[in-house]
Amino acid sequence: MDNERRKFLKIAGISALAGIGAPAIAKLTSTAAIAAGTEGHAAGDAPHAEEAASGKQYGMVIDMRKFIERPELLDQAIAACALAHNIPEFPPDKKKSDIKWIWKTPFENAFTEESATHLSKTIEEAQFPVLCNHCAHPSCVRVCPTKATFKQKDNGIVAMDYHRCIGCRFCMAACPYGARSFNWEDPRPYVKTINPDFPTRMRGVVEKCNFCGERLALGLQPACVEACKGSGAMVFGDINDEKSEVRQVLAKEFTIQRKPSAGTKPSVFYIV
Amino acid sequence: MYNKGTIIPGLIIFVLIVMSPVLYNGLKAGSVPKPEPPPGGEKQCVLPVSEMRDKHMQLLNEWRDEVLRDDERVTVVADGKQYRKGLQLACMQCHTNKEKFCDSCHEYASVKPYCWDCHLTPAQQKAALKKETH
Amino acid sequence: MIEKTLKGKPAYWIWLAFLGVFIAIGAACYIRQYLFGLALTGMSREVSWGLYISQFTFLVGVAAGGLMLVLPYYIHDYKAFGKLTILGEFLAIAAIIMCLMFIMADLGQPLRGLNMIIHPTPNSMLFWDMVVLLGYLSLNVLCGWVILTAERKEVAPPKWIYFFVYTSIPFAVSIHTVTAMLYCGLPGRHSWLSAIIAPRFLASAFAAGPSLIVLACLIMKRVAHFDAGKKALDKLSTIIMYAAIINTFFVILEFFVGYYSNVPGEIHTLQYLFFGLTEHGHTYNNLVPFMWMFVFLNFAGLGLFAYLKFKEGSDMLLGAACIMIFLALWIDKGLGFVLGGFVPTMLGEVVEYYPTANEVGITLGIWATGFFLVTVLYKIAVGVEHEIE
Repeated sequence: MDNERRKFLKIAGISALAGIGAPAIAKLTSTAAIAAGTEGHAAGDAPHAEEAASGKQYGMVIDMRKFIERPELLDQAIAACALAHNIPEFPPDKKKSDIKWIWKTPFENAFTEESATHLSKTIEEAQFPVLCNHCAHPSCVRVCPTKATFKQKDNGIVAMDYHRCIGCRFCMAACPYGARSFNWEDPRPYVKTINPDFPTRMRGVVEKCNFCGERLALGLQPACVEACKGSGAMVFGDINDEKSEVRQVLAKEFTIQRKPSAGTKPSVFYIV
Repeated sequence: MYNKGTIIPGLIIFVLIVMSPVLYNGLKAGSVPKPEPPPGGEKQCVLPVSEMRDKHMQLLNEWRDEVLRDDERVTVVADGKQYRKGLQLACMQCHTNKEKFCDSCHEYASVKPYCWDCHLTPAQQKAALKKETH
Repeated sequence: MIEKTLKGKPAYWIWLAFLGVFIAIGAACYIRQYLFGLALTGMSREVSWGLYISQFTFLVGVAAGGLMLVLPYYIHDYKAFGKLTILGEFLAIAAIIMCLMFIMADLGQPLRGLNMIIHPTPNSMLFWDMVVLLGYLSLNVLCGWVILTAERKEVAPPKWIYFFVYTSIPFAVSIHTVTAMLYCGLPGRHSWLSAIIAPRFLASAFAAGPSLIVLACLIMKRVAHFDAGKKALDKLSTIIMYAAIINTFFVILEFFVGYYSNVPGEIHTLQYLFFGLTEHGHTYNNLVPFMWMFVFLNFAGLGLFAYLKFKEGSDMLLGAACIMIFLALWIDKGLGFVLGGFVPTMLGEVVEYYPTANEVGITLGIWATGFFLVTVLYKIAVGVEHEIE
């Protein structure tokens, strides 16, 4: 009797372990997973090598001269984003629950690696727009344990799958740009005007700028870019396509990027 | 049998606990709900009714992964009609009666999908639109 | 063997009930957090990990600390530790269960935790941390139980178990190495981006874990007539001393690199932790008293250990030294390391974190659960010990 029971318990235990581990092992040994693992290392190993441009990578050039000239443009862009994506606005006493996709910050905070000594008065007083950089080598994607954040193959957007995110916030620790926000509580009561065409988020998941993937799919420009239409303050397009408008601007102007030393290869450029 | 005095009452308590949900409902789960068909009178869906009944959750998961993760936003064509992939984009376009369609079954089966934590119900969408125009 | 947990003196039951109160408070706080969300904690967009993850990090070390008993006994055949290895294994079990509880408490969507297995992601260090933690937990449950059962029957443990015992040695190192890799592979977080993090974690683990075991031995000597033996405790205090000295050395190296190189990113966190960081005329320094407490306890503890090496001391002194080192390392790793890493933020601002009462309630509840488990497991181990005597 005792022996039987022991045998049963052994078999039951082993089967339970196998049952839990099997899906992971099956997925890890599949060719897709192995291919995905090597993919990340292929490009940009040599620090000074010319960037191997492959596939589409959406990016943006932000022309600060335009924003300094017309500061209201940035407020419009931020408001357009908030409206398009149902971004909540928390009262001042709940500031720590803030959700930010695109927001304003002074030069020294946007560019922590640049010298802020003896800045010109205009730059010192200017407000810089900051947002997700949709990096070519995003550290947030590298650390996510569930692939809830990932790089979209056909356009290079760093996307979020809110259905899969477990809310571990590893990506928030890993993002060198502070571009990610967590839903510490249900955001819906704090969404001022609800855009019926876009969902809100649930509490317990991380969110960030999605470069308006949903608008791009309809052939539209990102909401912030559209809000500054005609001003040239924000230019959006494929930075791997030499003929694109962004590349024309990049070829003509001197631009800087946020924290290039982090090795993430950001896709947002600034003309200061 | 050893310890008859504790084992048998123990077993009875165990069985009672296991059966408590059934006993709680007094063996009456109520009549099987009949979800209301689309108010617009559409008869067509992306799949036959019986398949939708069985597999709508799998289909929604598949669509979700395709649209969100693989950027495969191509439309689904069934019997000549085009549908965009998505709960709000396809399903709720016809089934505008979420409370009488989705909820009637889900409540009966005590299923609590978290769709509406983020997605807006047709009623909420309508309310949002109204607020916008005002 | 489990039946041994059901018989005990009143003090045993009072202690368990005392812990039970904290467990109940913790559970109630967790239900509140589960229903409302993590907004009930003091964490923010800027300091996105708080007490939960910092306790997790510290406890991984406590779990790995058991290695300092297993390794001398099984590899170097150091017989004096024979009675104690089981204590190391059982402590590791309790510590890892606490780690897993802290992780669950920290998740925004705890019900989706299995996504880590359904969608395994080998490039994420968190995935590997889960693998090694679950592996180390199973190894300790297996080895602890099999060896204790053999001991009770007064036979030699089965040969096959040694394979698992030896496997558990690299596993103990790996749990803390991989936990360090959670931090030291993130670009932009200067205080974490240091190759010395993993060795520093191991050093502090090898001091904190054994300190707790020595404390437990001293307590059990009084309440349960369990004598670990003077030789074993002496050796353990030597191990604690060396490990704590190495940890101190590593911390001093961090200071040297920061302040001698004068690279701002290397200095900021140290400045914030030990002296306070001034931004726009306001000095942020809520961790400064803790960090100086760490310095004081660390050196006082080391001094006391050194004194005990030269002069015959009482158990009380040894216990005090262990408490000092344990608390010092708890502040160092369980507060300063994780919380300090978020200052300054990625945008160079300073945002301070203050845990809320609810968060502290959950944290205490999980610690109480850990002590509960350790008590019960040690009761079994000591019970078996007494049975064969």
